[in-house]
Formats: sequence, structure tokens, C-alpha cells
Amino acid sequence: MKKALFLSLAASVLTVSAVAHAFDKGPLKIDHPWSRETAAQASTGAGFLSIQNYGKTPDRLVAIKSSISDDVQVHTMTMEGGVMRMRELKNGLTIPPGGEVKLQPGAEHIMFMGLKGPIKLGEDFTATLVFERAGEVEVTFKVEPAGAKPAAGHQH
Amino acid sequence: MSLKTIQVALWALAAAAAIALPIAYLSQTPVTQRSSGVATVGGPFVLTAANGQPFDSKSLVGKPYALFFGFTHCPDVCPTTTAEMTGFLGELGDKAKDFRVLFVTVDPARDTPEALKDFLSSFDPRIVGLSGSQEKIDAVVRAYGAVATRVDLDGGNYTMDHTASVFLFGADGRLVSTLDYKENPTVKLQKIKNLLGV
Repeated sequence: MKKALFLSLAASVLTVSAVAHAFDKGPLKIDHPWSRETAAQASTGAGFLSIQNYGKTPDRLVAIKSSISDDVQVHTMTMEGGVMRMRELKNGLTIPPGGEVKLQPGAEHIMFMGLKGPIKLGEDFTATLVFERAGEVEVTFKVEPAGAKPAAGHQH
Repeated sequence: MSLKTIQVALWALAAAAAIALPIAYLSQTPVTQRSSGVATVGGPFVLTAANGQPFDSKSLVGKPYALFFGFTHCPDVCPTTTAEMTGFLGELGDKAKDFRVLFVTVDPARDTPEALKDFLSSFDPRIVGLSGSQEKIDAVVRAYGAVATRVDLDGGNYTMDHTASVFLFGADGRLVSTLDYKENPTVKLQKIKNLLGV
């Protein structure tokens, strides 16, 4: 019941389309990279995705390259006493064997700093994820509306 | 729930009670003396709205309002909160016609009124973006018991640590409640409905 209420409300706010897309690289599966439309003058954008590791060894996302901005970082987001703090994950993001890491609003996320232009609805863009073991993989970020939330029922 | 979990939970409850009861007892008498009945959160301010016009908090008198802090270079929490408020306003429709929603930037150096206007163009037009001199913004942040701290990032950029709660004020200007970022949206909407009496 509680869940149903939450889902209906989440849907009424703004929900990312449930149409999924995924990318494979070795034992890694990168699921549904998406971003949010930004305002015309914005210089910062966010990216979200999840990574599953079907392998037996941990891997690490060490860098991200994209043509939309020169500086791409992975940030953590924490809330302490109602205060939001964002910090760069300088040593990269570890994906444990048999595990999944979700980059989503209100948690770890990708920051595109110094955007060369606004991120626009309907203009999906690509980025290259660099993993310590699996190497490089190019993925496409789907652009969703400005305040979009992850699709509540989006599971694999 | 396993037996072990229940045991742990019971011990945690007992421990919490052991701490809370003496505190409740000790604080019993002073509470009545401390309560002055006057809101200590908030205060008058004059800032600049996203349309470039001065915005005087006097214009809020007699109307319930929500106020939250943010900055436009924040691509995660700030658009989420702004979008959520947009959703609530949409859901409330005319019932929210006397309800004001204020977005106060904690980054006036980058968030000029124009930048705020640009950022807010994606959201409900009833949300008022406010900027001002660093001194004025600092004073508002202090008056609302909020926190805003600049944190430098590699590559010359910076981010702002800031209070992410939404403050809800009644028509009498008193703080009624706050919306926590992690709170269930249903609860948040209900708190706003309670505030508006709808």
C-alpha cells in the first residue's frame, strides 16, 4: 500500500521512462545511463547509471571521458543533519564481484563539469567509461527532463 | 525477522530508553521556562528575485510559504527538490494559490538573477528564485539556522555543502515544519496540505 502510494506520487512528479538500454564489457553490465536536461546557461550536468559485475574479481571505474565536458568526476552525496555534501571519489568507484553499484539522484552520481553547451531533451550523448580491468566502454546517456527521478520499478 | 534481530532491536530500545528517560526527566522543568512562543527561525530580508526586482520578505506576511536553499551548479539534489516542489504545486493547483515557494541561492557569485531565471525556467513558474550580495545571503542562511559552505574541487570548480531541508512557514510567519530530503514524497505533500489547511 505504502509502496503503491509512493509509486503513484513518484509517477506524478516526473519519472524516467522505463525503456532500458544496457552495455556489456567483459563481466560488467552497464545499465541505463541517463542524464537530466539542463538550463541553457548551466555549466554542470549529472549522469546516473548502474553497473553490475558478473565476474569473480572487483573492478573499478577510474575515469569517464565525454565530448560534452572536459572534466567528468564521480561524486558521492551524503546527508548529515539535513546538510548535503558532495565529494569527488578520487580513487574511483569499486564494483565488487557479484555486486551492483547504482549511481542515482541522492547518492553517488557522475558530474559533467564545465559543459560546452546545455544538455537537451532528445539529444542523447555518449561517454567513455574507463575501468581498471575491463577497459574502456562507450555508453549512451539518455536525456530526461530536468527533475527526473529514476524509474521506481526499473529492475533487472 | 529472525530471533536475533528481535533481540538486537529490544536491546537497542532498552538502551535508547535508558538514555532518553533521564534526559526527558532532566529537561522537564526548563522546557516550560524556555518556551517564549516566538519563532526563532527566519527573519526579515530583502533579496533580488530572478526577474531582477527586489523581493521583500514583508510581502510574505499573511501567506504560508516554503523556503529552501540551493545553487544552480548542483545537478543532483537541487533539481530534485525543485522538481518535487513543482510536482506538489501542480498537484495542489488552485489550492496552493496563496502558497509561496522560495529558492534562495547559497552561491550568489555564480547565481545571478539571470542564472536563477534560466535554471528555474524548467520548473513551476510560481517558484521564486532569490539572489543577493554574499553578505545578504549569509545573513539569511544564518537567520534560518542553515549551513552553506564552499568546497573547492579539483579542476578549479567548487561545490556548496548546504542545508537541503525545505522550511515550511505558516501565514503568521512561524516555522511549522520542515521537509527532509529523504522523506517519502507522500509525507512531504501531506505536510504541505496540513500547512495550507487543505
